[in-house]
Amino acid sequence: MNRKFPVLAALIVACLATAPLALAQNATPASSAMSQDGYPSAPRDPSLKPVFAEFGGKAGLVSLMNTFMDNLMADPVTHPFFANVDRDHIKMELVDQFCVILDGPCTYTGQSMTSVHKGMGVTRADFNALVVDLQKAMSAHHIPFRAQNKLLAKLAPMGHQIITKP
Amino acid sequence: MRRKKTVRAVLLGLLMVTGGLVSIQAMAQDSGSDVSGGKLLLTGGVSSISGAAGGGLTPWAVIGGYDTASQIGANAFCTIVSVQDYRLNDCGALFGAFNRVEVSFAHQSFNTEGVGAALGLGRGFTINQNVVGLKVRLFGDAILDQNSWLPEVSVGIQHKQNDQPGLLQAIGAKSAIGNDYYISATKLFLSQSLLVDATLRFTKANQIGILGFGGDKHNGYQAELEGSVAYLLNRHLAIGAEYRQKPDNLNIAQENDWYDAFVAWAPSKHISLTLAYADLGNIVIKNHQHGVYASVQVGF
Ligand code: HEM
Repeated sequence: MNRKFPVLAALIVACLATAPLALAQNATPASSAMSQDGYPSAPRDPSLKPVFAEFGGKAGLVSLMNTFMDNLMADPVTHPFFANVDRDHIKMELVDQFCVILDGPCTYTGQSMTSVHKGMGVTRADFNALVVDLQKAMSAHHIPFRAQNKLLAKLAPMGHQIITKP
Repeated sequence: MRRKKTVRAVLLGLLMVTGGLVSIQAMAQDSGSDVSGGKLLLTGGVSSISGAAGGGLTPWAVIGGYDTASQIGANAFCTIVSVQDYRLNDCGALFGAFNRVEVSFAHQSFNTEGVGAALGLGRGFTINQNVVGLKVRLFGDAILDQNSWLPEVSVGIQHKQNDQPGLLQAIGAKSAIGNDYYISATKLFLSQSLLVDATLRFTKANQIGILGFGGDKHNGYQAELEGSVAYLLNRHLAIGAEYRQKPDNLNIAQENDWYDAFVAWAPSKHISLTLAYADLGNIVIKNHQHGVYASVQVGF
């Protein structure tokens, strides 16, 4: 019973302990709008340059955002949020945002995640629905699952700023 | 002997086919969002044998149950663990609320098959146990907190009641009722498509309580480590492995740690199927018990 304890404990501790190291490396300064809790709206990460290529560069992102927005409009959960806004403008901002995160040659000039989503009453379920719509769009564009997750890992913390309703 | 295996295979087959059919139906309905209780598919885990959301053998810190507008969700599961000389049938349900609290229930039936006859209990002698669980998330968010090292952390209690006090006393167990207390830390490393859980359980349970609580060799609470690692292959499929350290309280029978290697498939938010190879070590008079773990979970 206690024989195997040290091995596994060491493994798990090693896993959890190396995480902050890996994350610290990624903590590059914000390139633009910083939200209240300090997590930037477009955190550029030079280590994601190869992922930018997997997304098909900026042209790939433009085409991805068309599918993404179509999905958001087709999804009954997210539709009400996007029905009456300037969708072309959002798509453009999203292209810049993702492009910056993936270390592409872009600048994000949109608002911070906190201020743009303020007062929308976004719930966790709404947020997850949007992520799934994005996942489906990325899969439709044949972006490898691992590359998808590298981008999503950068977007996930924004949930704390975007979700405002319990 | 032959017949027993056939029956087993048929049961397993039925379980899988039922799961498959439900899932095809669910897929057809899978319109927009296959999202579950505050989690994305599979990152919310499946139903563990105790009923709590987690891996197969161990709970995770995540709160189970599917999202509704009211943030309350539920799911039900049935699991079969079939090793050479025993079979565990295990069904239950859980309710999750506000990504904060989870209440779970499981009914476990442990069929001693031929061993029952050998021990004079009768062939197919079955020990039943009910497990009521409560889990509370303390802090952290396994999915959102990708920019911090903090895992999602929950504490839980599992109240277990075994229906064979007489037998348990005869084999040296001290009680037919027991509480397990645990703390779980779950972390999703999304960039690596990897989910890791570590759980520390304070328990007196012999073979998770099927052989009672406390014993003639040792009769106090012991801290046992449990862990799961899952690698997400795509949105619907994960593979992984688990470990569960166990006490060894009874003189009559040695108890070993448990291991499994699994594949979990969630075609939609309504269903997941888990298939595993489980190694349960020595159980009473039978050594190296290993075999199939199959589980189906439906969510509402
Ligand atoms: C990580 C997830 C998300 C990211 C990265 C994101 C990003 C953005 C960006 C870049 C903009 C444009 C900002 C600007 O115009 O300056 C925007 C606008 C908007 N977002 Fe999000 N968003 C996310 C989640 C959500 C969710 C979950 C909802 C609702 C379900 C939502 C609803 C909206 C709406 C309605 C607008 C337009 C606001 C307006 O033009 O008045 N977003 N988002």
